[in-house]
Amino acid sequence: MEIILAIAIGVLCSCGVFLMLRPRTFQVIIGLSLLSYAVNLFIFAMGRLTVGGVPVISHGDIDPSHYADPVPQALVLTAIVIGFAMTALFLVVLLAARGLTGTDHVDGRER
Amino acid sequence: MNSLMDHLIILPILLPMATGAFLLMFDDRQRTAKALINVTSTFMLLVIAVFMVMQASTQGPEGAAVASYAVGNWPVPFGIVLVADRLSAMMVLLTAILGVSALMYSLARWHAAGPSFHSLFQFLLMGLCGAFLTGDVFNLFVFFEVMLAASYGLMLHGLGSARVKAGLHYIAVNLAASFLFLIGASLIYGVTGTLNMADLAAKVAMIPEADRGLLEAGAAILGLAFLLKAGMWPLGFWLPTTYAAASAPVAAVFAIMTKVGIYAVLRISTLAFGADAGASAEFGQTVLLVGGMASIAFGAIGVLASQTTARLAGYCVLVSSGTLLGAIGMGNAGVTSGALYYLVVSTLAISAFFLLVELLDRVRAEGAHVLAITLEAYGDDEEEAEEEVGVAIPGALAMLSISFGLCVLLLAGLPPLAGFLAKFSIISAMVNPDGLTEATPIGAASWWMAGLMIFSGFSALISLTRTGINTFWVTMAERPAPVRVIEMAPVILLLSLTVALTILAGPAMDYMHALADTLYASADQVSQVLATPLVVDTVAGAH
Repeated sequence: MEIILAIAIGVLCSCGVFLMLRPRTFQVIIGLSLLSYAVNLFIFAMGRLTVGGVPVISHGDIDPSHYADPVPQALVLTAIVIGFAMTALFLVVLLAARGLTGTDHVDGRER
Repeated sequence: MNSLMDHLIILPILLPMATGAFLLMFDDRQRTAKALINVTSTFMLLVIAVFMVMQASTQGPEGAAVASYAVGNWPVPFGIVLVADRLSAMMVLLTAILGVSALMYSLARWHAAGPSFHSLFQFLLMGLCGAFLTGDVFNLFVFFEVMLAASYGLMLHGLGSARVKAGLHYIAVNLAASFLFLIGASLIYGVTGTLNMADLAAKVAMIPEADRGLLEAGAAILGLAFLLKAGMWPLGFWLPTTYAAASAPVAAVFAIMTKVGIYAVLRISTLAFGADAGASAEFGQTVLLVGGMASIAFGAIGVLASQTTARLAGYCVLVSSGTLLGAIGMGNAGVTSGALYYLVVSTLAISAFFLLVELLDRVRAEGAHVLAITLEAYGDDEEEAEEEVGVAIPGALAMLSISFGLCVLLLAGLPPLAGFLAKFSIISAMVNPDGLTEATPIGAASWWMAGLMIFSGFSALISLTRTGINTFWVTMAERPAPVRVIEMAPVILLLSLTVALTILAGPAMDYMHALADTLYASADQVSQVLATPLVVDTVAGAH
């Protein structure tokens, strides 16, 4: 499972970085979205991978390694919300730039 | 804990948040009411910030309590903690001062240039204050995003294609930086199991050798995100264009946004990678030192090469960041205390300069033939329609040139003003690392750093003098400069604060010395923050 997740994060991340370095605003925004997926999965993985682990620890003498770490789950939720809002905002600016400059090049002019 | 003073720490976050949200309920046509509420709230923030600094300055370096606040009554280190030590309090005060002056300036006309200016302004203040006060790495990310989201809106305030183009780059770069921040923060959590800065400081030394590489990689990635905000070379190419494109009052507040990055670097590096960090002690200091020096060099050349005054001001920001990062990279309490004094002075001066830039352009509007030719050569095709703005005040041109002269003295670091004192105290501490009484050999890094600082001052002097000549001597203004009192007042306020800092340099430096001492001997502070009492004592009854 670790290797599959690692490959998934790696592929998402490399595609995201590649697209982010492209000259079209649409490619940049797709790149940023892919990168945000990679980052979210990565945060999730930082809480250690457990299969079928319960997220909440009850009282008493128990072994916490049987439980999923709840903190990265909370973090990833925050990160998803913030990343989504920022991408939406970027989309608006992208449209404004397209309208004002007449091109979808990131510098506002073709070369 | 019932009096308002006990909740003082959270007020700089709550007040702008409540005001910003409240202002959203007004229609944009009720501009006067919105402006009035905004001004009241920003002044209240200033008062709160003054109280915070007063409270913080009574904290002795030897163990008097650091104010900390367990948000939501969650015990530390499980919940989020807010910490107000001298550094945080000082930065909040600086934010409030810049907020007041930029807001006053914007009332002349900029606040009417687009929707929701007042709400965005308050949210920016909220993000800034939160970033300075929080004691939790992930919470720092959240406040960074609050600040950035508001700054995206403010950056685009007034629209125009130059702003949208620069804003597009600014948002893309900062979104990428936010992802780096998340990767760094989660790596640190994965290794140490904590996000609380004080808890982190206590745990770094105990990290097993096998995990140390991961921890340092996490810290380095986190540092990249901070340094990108701070504008360190080679991460700061977006900065001059963005700041030059932003409207004047917005750029004036943005002057403190680079300092957020520097604050975060200073905070994390002294807390987590201070002397107690075991094998990770002083991690990344060489990078800060070399990167800081490279930014000074890049900024100084940029200052000389700038064709417009606004870009020049942007490069001054880079020089200021570079000086601060280089000084922090020295890892010496004396140098850092000088650097913190420099931070306050340069932020005030740059903020005043950003406000002045627009006024200078207005003076120059008709007689700038000298610059016009070079501008054309470089393809700056932005033609801003210049209309008559405001009622002229007598002697406006004299006031403008005096303010500009003060700015030159401050930015170039010439005596007698505080810019000189700041640079002098940094260089003096660099060549006497163990105090004035101990004779120690001076390292090569100190020579290079001192040389670069003097070179950057010299380049600022050349470039600003050229601007001054082009503005005040070439332009034979026949009509009085169209400058309103409310535009001139904030500039004078900011500059008179730097004059006050010059006169009261003694007490100010005492504050900075005490601040730097607590930063570099953070063990006391860490244990105090970890022992933060709950706001409402419920736990005793629950068990």
